[in-house]
Amino acid sequence: MARYRLFLLILPAAIVFTAFFLLPLAQLFVIGAGGKDGIAAYAAIVTDRNYRASLVATVLLSGGVTLATLIISGIAGVFLTRNRFPFRPAVTAMLTFPLAFPGVVIGFMVIMLAGRQGLVGDVTQWVFGDKLVFAYSMAGLFMGYVYFSIPRTILTVMASAEKLDPKLEEAARSLGASPLRVVWDVIIPGLMPAFVAAGAICFATAMGAFGTAFTLATRINVLPMVIYTEFTDQANIAMAAALSFILGAITWLVLAVARTAAGSSVAAAG
Amino acid sequence: MRKRGGLFWFQLGFTLLIVSFLIVPVILSMLAGLTVNYQSGLESGLTFRWVAAVWEGYRQTIFLSIGLALASLAATLVLGVPAAYVLARARGGWARAIEELLVMPVAVPGLATALALIVAYGTWGGFRTSWTFILVGHVLFTLPFMVRSVLAVMHAIDLKTLEEGAASLGASFGQRFFQVILPNCRSGILAGALMVVTLSMGEFNMTWLLHTPLTKTLPVGLADAYASLRLEIGSAYTLVFFVMIVPLLVAIQWAAREPRARRTERA
Repeated sequence: MARYRLFLLILPAAIVFTAFFLLPLAQLFVIGAGGKDGIAAYAAIVTDRNYRASLVATVLLSGGVTLATLIISGIAGVFLTRNRFPFRPAVTAMLTFPLAFPGVVIGFMVIMLAGRQGLVGDVTQWVFGDKLVFAYSMAGLFMGYVYFSIPRTILTVMASAEKLDPKLEEAARSLGASPLRVVWDVIIPGLMPAFVAAGAICFATAMGAFGTAFTLATRINVLPMVIYTEFTDQANIAMAAALSFILGAITWLVLAVARTAAGSSVAAAG
Repeated sequence: MRKRGGLFWFQLGFTLLIVSFLIVPVILSMLAGLTVNYQSGLESGLTFRWVAAVWEGYRQTIFLSIGLALASLAATLVLGVPAAYVLARARGGWARAIEELLVMPVAVPGLATALALIVAYGTWGGFRTSWTFILVGHVLFTLPFMVRSVLAVMHAIDLKTLEEGAASLGASFGQRFFQVILPNCRSGILAGALMVVTLSMGEFNMTWLLHTPLTKTLPVGLADAYASLRLEIGSAYTLVFFVMIVPLLVAIQWAAREPRARRTERA
């Protein structure tokens, strides 16, 4: 009786999920193998020179963004957990605030900072007499991805920093360890599970992000833009399907591995 | 209080630098949306002309986004809350597996999900061109947040004892579900609901592929405006978006803090 009821209660969600996610995804896989290259389309991401180049660029970009974000969130997160000062809650709130900004808006924020009429351009013009504009390139994309990654990681890092035992650091210090050594040998290992969980979310989100690149420049050679171009301009639906299936598999795998490794259940938002 | 050394000030400076990296462009764009000519600066005067132009040209996108967000909320409540209950009660391996599956649309890029929906249903004319096509994408993407949020609360309270208590007093399943379980999960449902509405309003990755010229959402309109209109109009449009989304973000932070505050009060 009870089992029957549980089955009925989850049935609506199961039907919607199967009809609109699992079956379409299966169809996407079939269509990916239905182009002129057949099933080999799935290997194209490594065998084709252009696709491989954009895969490498996307992985490097996402890796760099993840590293930068973890360093920033590590410093700011530990600082905010350890110190009490006026406006601390406001500072924390502002760091998490852009969490739900869509990629397009983040792209626009980068344009406000480093675009043709941006702040960086105005300041450099004033100081050096030369306008620095880098929004519409890989550097702008990097900036945008760090922008949306900070709010996603800072809370995880702070939650983990709260659990660090200050006694361990004192012990290390009293044994003569330098501050840098304490950070490297005590604080970073203590924060590692949070870094793995938050880093995986950063990496996966950066791999699949589309809106920011779309706003900044359609010619930036990252995988989501390549998929979009294959689909719209080239009308190469089979290749777009194969590439997006592979991309989805990569991001899903990264998150699944990180979840198992960190033993937590943090959901990503993209 | 011990004396604050150089390290404190360095870290404070660093943190404030990061805060300004996040906040300064937001303020700049809000100002740009209200300035007559952003290039010549604030001296050119303040105006609502650009906001009015956005309202004139893009108000349909605002209504559609609000409608989509509310429809996504309704759908995730109907689908997600019962699903969370099932996942909380059946703690077997298959419940874990279903939870993993349900979270997949968040892990898989929106671009891939949208392509999958298009190859599967793109030829269904009436469905493809209606706003419900976008709704399906939004529901897939937001459902995990509702389920996770409600499930977290259900794991925290002793669901089984509550239900057995109610059942021993003769409550039917319907009474137990609506009068005992749901009220006890209020905080999770509220947090999930805020998340669903906020994410639906801001969703772009999927919506850009799912939309048609007649079903443009606010973020789709934003991308349009950024690409083709002057900076002031793009900024004014962004300002409208901020006015809609910021109260929601504040509410999310408030809802997340509430249980912790309650716990401290009790302790």
